[in-house]
Amino acid sequence: MSLYWIPLLTTLGGLAPLITDRWGRTACAAATALFPAVALTAVGVQIPRIFQGAVLRFNADWIPSLGLDVAFRLDGLSLLFSTLILGIGLLIILYARYYLSEKDQAGRFYAYLMLFMTAMIGIVLSNNLLQLWFFWELTSISSFLLIGFWYGRKDARQGARMALTVTGAGGLALLAGIVLIGQTVGSYDLDVVLASGDLLRHCDRYHVILLLILLGAFTKSAQFPFHFWLPQAMAAPTPVSAYLHSATMVKAGIFLLARFYPVLSGTVGWFLLVSITGLLTMLIGAYLALFKHDLKGLLAYSTVSHLGLITLLLGMGTELAAVAAVLHTINHATFKASLFMAAGIIDHETGSRDMRRLNGLWKYMPQTATLAMVASAAMGGVPLLNGFLSKEMFFAETLEQSTLGSISWMIPVFATIGAAFSVAYSLRFIHDVFFNGEPVDLPKTPREPPRYMRVPIEILVGLCLIVGIFPEYTAGKVLASASTAVLGGRLPEYHLHIWHGFNLPLIMSCFALIGGGILYYSRQRLFTIQAYFPEHNASRVFEDAVKRSRNGLRLIWAWFDNGSTQRAVFWLLFLALAFTIVPLMGLDTTVGLRPQIPIDSVMVAGATLLCVSSVATVIWHHQRLLTLLLLCVVGMIVAISFALFSAPDLALTQLSVEVVTLVLLLLALYYLPQRIRNYTSPNKIVRDASVSVLIGGVVGTISYALITRPLESISGYYTQNAKVLGGGTNIVNVILVDFRGFDTFGEITVLAIAALGIYTLIARMRVFQAHTNIDGLPWSADKHPMMFSVISQALLPLAVMVSVYIFLRGHNLPGGGFIAGLITSIALIQQYIAQGYAWLKPRIKVNYLTLIGSGLLISFLTGAGGWLWQKPFLKSWHGHVHLPLLGDIELASAMAFDLGVYLTVVGACMMILSNLGGLTTPDRPRMKG
Amino acid sequence: MELIFAFCIGVLTCCGAYLCLRGSTFTVVIGLTLLSYAVNMFLFASGRLAFNAAPILGQSESIADPLPQALVLTAIVIGFAMTAFAVILSMRARADLGNDHVDGNPPAVENEIRQKGRRL
Repeated sequence: MSLYWIPLLTTLGGLAPLITDRWGRTACAAATALFPAVALTAVGVQIPRIFQGAVLRFNADWIPSLGLDVAFRLDGLSLLFSTLILGIGLLIILYARYYLSEKDQAGRFYAYLMLFMTAMIGIVLSNNLLQLWFFWELTSISSFLLIGFWYGRKDARQGARMALTVTGAGGLALLAGIVLIGQTVGSYDLDVVLASGDLLRHCDRYHVILLLILLGAFTKSAQFPFHFWLPQAMAAPTPVSAYLHSATMVKAGIFLLARFYPVLSGTVGWFLLVSITGLLTMLIGAYLALFKHDLKGLLAYSTVSHLGLITLLLGMGTELAAVAAVLHTINHATFKASLFMAAGIIDHETGSRDMRRLNGLWKYMPQTATLAMVASAAMGGVPLLNGFLSKEMFFAETLEQSTLGSISWMIPVFATIGAAFSVAYSLRFIHDVFFNGEPVDLPKTPREPPRYMRVPIEILVGLCLIVGIFPEYTAGKVLASASTAVLGGRLPEYHLHIWHGFNLPLIMSCFALIGGGILYYSRQRLFTIQAYFPEHNASRVFEDAVKRSRNGLRLIWAWFDNGSTQRAVFWLLFLALAFTIVPLMGLDTTVGLRPQIPIDSVMVAGATLLCVSSVATVIWHHQRLLTLLLLCVVGMIVAISFALFSAPDLALTQLSVEVVTLVLLLLALYYLPQRIRNYTSPNKIVRDASVSVLIGGVVGTISYALITRPLESISGYYTQNAKVLGGGTNIVNVILVDFRGFDTFGEITVLAIAALGIYTLIARMRVFQAHTNIDGLPWSADKHPMMFSVISQALLPLAVMVSVYIFLRGHNLPGGGFIAGLITSIALIQQYIAQGYAWLKPRIKVNYLTLIGSGLLISFLTGAGGWLWQKPFLKSWHGHVHLPLLGDIELASAMAFDLGVYLTVVGACMMILSNLGGLTTPDRPRMKG
Repeated sequence: MELIFAFCIGVLTCCGAYLCLRGSTFTVVIGLTLLSYAVNMFLFASGRLAFNAAPILGQSESIADPLPQALVLTAIVIGFAMTAFAVILSMRARADLGNDHVDGNPPAVENEIRQKGRRL
């Protein structure tokens, strides 16, 4: 099974719960679990090869020009993380089945969870940095959805928003860092990047890159000073906390540090930034954890502290420290996930998470208590459990540090202090919850949870024990292969033993255990001291900041956009001016070298007419009918100029569109206010007029500069091949239906969409009907003059014949589907005008919607026909067909395509105009439902 | 001749832009129509002006650039669809909001302006 199957399986797994949701939680959970289980097997079968040192890869181009590939790799580090993600994910799915109540939407929950799993798997398997970043952001989004799962609760919404903001902002920093790396190295391929460590460490931008990457990693892994989001994220359902906020997502930052360890570490900058951040986070987290009364709050700060510990290990830069970091990642994932699940059970079965009320639960749930106590002991670093091993290695490494010179001794001391606090809060978790008297005022009577809810914890706690007692046999190989990947191929010599003899680390451990005991014993005094310090509510501080910035933005927004189209148009034109004037000033000579056409009097007359009528349109724009007539004059001259300057197709199109537009606007006049407000402040007139004149001047200048310069056209190909390849002599038409057929297909689709949009707009419209004209005179009683209707009726067949002729000759002479369609529409519209909507309704049985649809379909099928002959989409065919009686006929598949265009144009025009015309009749379109 | 052509494009753009800046829907639609004339002419002119050079094989010695013509042909039809959409939208806006204003003025300001207009 290729590597891409792993993320693909989890993606598919996201659909399964949505489908199976209706059959209940058990079915939903089972169907969901199937996918990660298969994926885990797929990872599992690769284990022997990875342990031998192989790195599996999969590569496919995505957007090669951007350096973006779909690339996956499976090495020791990815193996470790994907096992954690998929394995713990499976346990979480089982656990959540019992955690979620019947009221919760299990399908939605599992879908989010699988989305998150996909994102995490994507991160750890990515072999391309941009792709890695994509999945990185996906984890932020999916964690937002998961934290906010109970969106009815305010704390859930706030926590989700905060997590998204912090990790999302970090993600942006990471992207910047990745782009810089890509520019420095010249590739986003992880293999290439991993091989260019020296290049990166010695380039000028190293510190910028380091800072950006670390920002990404630290925000994700809740390192000080970004640690505040993690405790707020505890508003999530507990399976989410166990999965995202202890075992996986917060480890993404650690993973990132480990991934970049071979290329970015080994410098003083790395050491100082990473190890000091780690040390601070470890101490602050451990200290604050002790004072949290909320069970999950304690675990959250403890997670912060342990993440700090791992960061510190990675920052120390020695090879053994990196090994210890990997080991602690495994250990922390197992004991912390099980502790969260235990906390979830306690919450579930007692209805409270407050440790001041939870006491003496041992009597009520001895099995859960035993499991939680073992896990908690692992967290405190008690011998024979996995936490002890990594803590010992950690102590040993802190003793090796000498980078801080004569104050290097502080690191082991602080490490011991941190560990002592860790022991203290682990003790608190055990003693406060399971012993220490009787429960106080709990909403529910505590009891053991459903049998299978405990299974995931049993498995994880079992792992804690086995790894703690037989480290070399269980975690040895995974650790070795993951550490090899982190260290870029080298592996230091180390021994995973429980007993290393009497040495300094062991003494430090003893100090930590005893110190932790003392700390816990004197906790009341510590609580009193802590009470002197005001507690900052991170959530409130953050919300205030959000509110302030939102208000500020609203002010800016209100200033910028007051809902006026005029203003928007003004700024648009203003910016267009600003951006065009500057380059135009750089143009020394306006006029180009191309020989110009001499001026003749007819053209001057035409141009004068055009200018006068458009200016007149502006002057009399309050007189609606006059404006329309003037507009038509402009349109006619435009059409004539097309005809004059060798564009017969354009002239025909413009002429017919002109007619349709005029009818449309005349119809619209009936429905729009008869009186146009004729007041604008003089300031505005001056402002608008100056902008318009400037815009006109700029556009005119650009046009002049453009058309007087010699032409370097790309049309030579079309001209040469129109006959040979397209089988037609009208090059414009051949381009439309053949060379650029795909464009045309897009354009008729746009036309169809516009028509549909108009249809829906009309269908829900309330109609204003004026019963008199502006002067109070009634409308003419003779709506449909007889002369007009008689002539129109006679004209119809003629007009249709013309349009057929125009259509048929289109490939070789001016004409084609667009023009023919417009002519047919005009002929039909004329009937509507002459006879009235009601008269035509029963006579024209064509449904214009069907017409549009069939037009598009014909065009598409003509294009798709090419596939039958293994030709690309819209590849045209033409040839001679010999028919009896008629002789040789030249046929081109483009003709069928043009027919589609024709039908769409007719359908769209008629849909717009007939519905608008029929708006006042009882047959008008209406929305159903 | 090129100068006159360019001048016409400029005048059309200018008038179109001015009308687009007015406060009622119908005028804006007219402005849009004028602007689309200008745009079509500009695009067409990018293939340069030529007499008796229709891009049809075998009809004349020289041939004008067919590509801008093909582009403008569809642009004209789509321009019609756009105008139609704008018109119907303004009708709908009138139906739903009861007026044809696009200047975003709340009614109070609106009345004030109307009174000022009477006084002027």
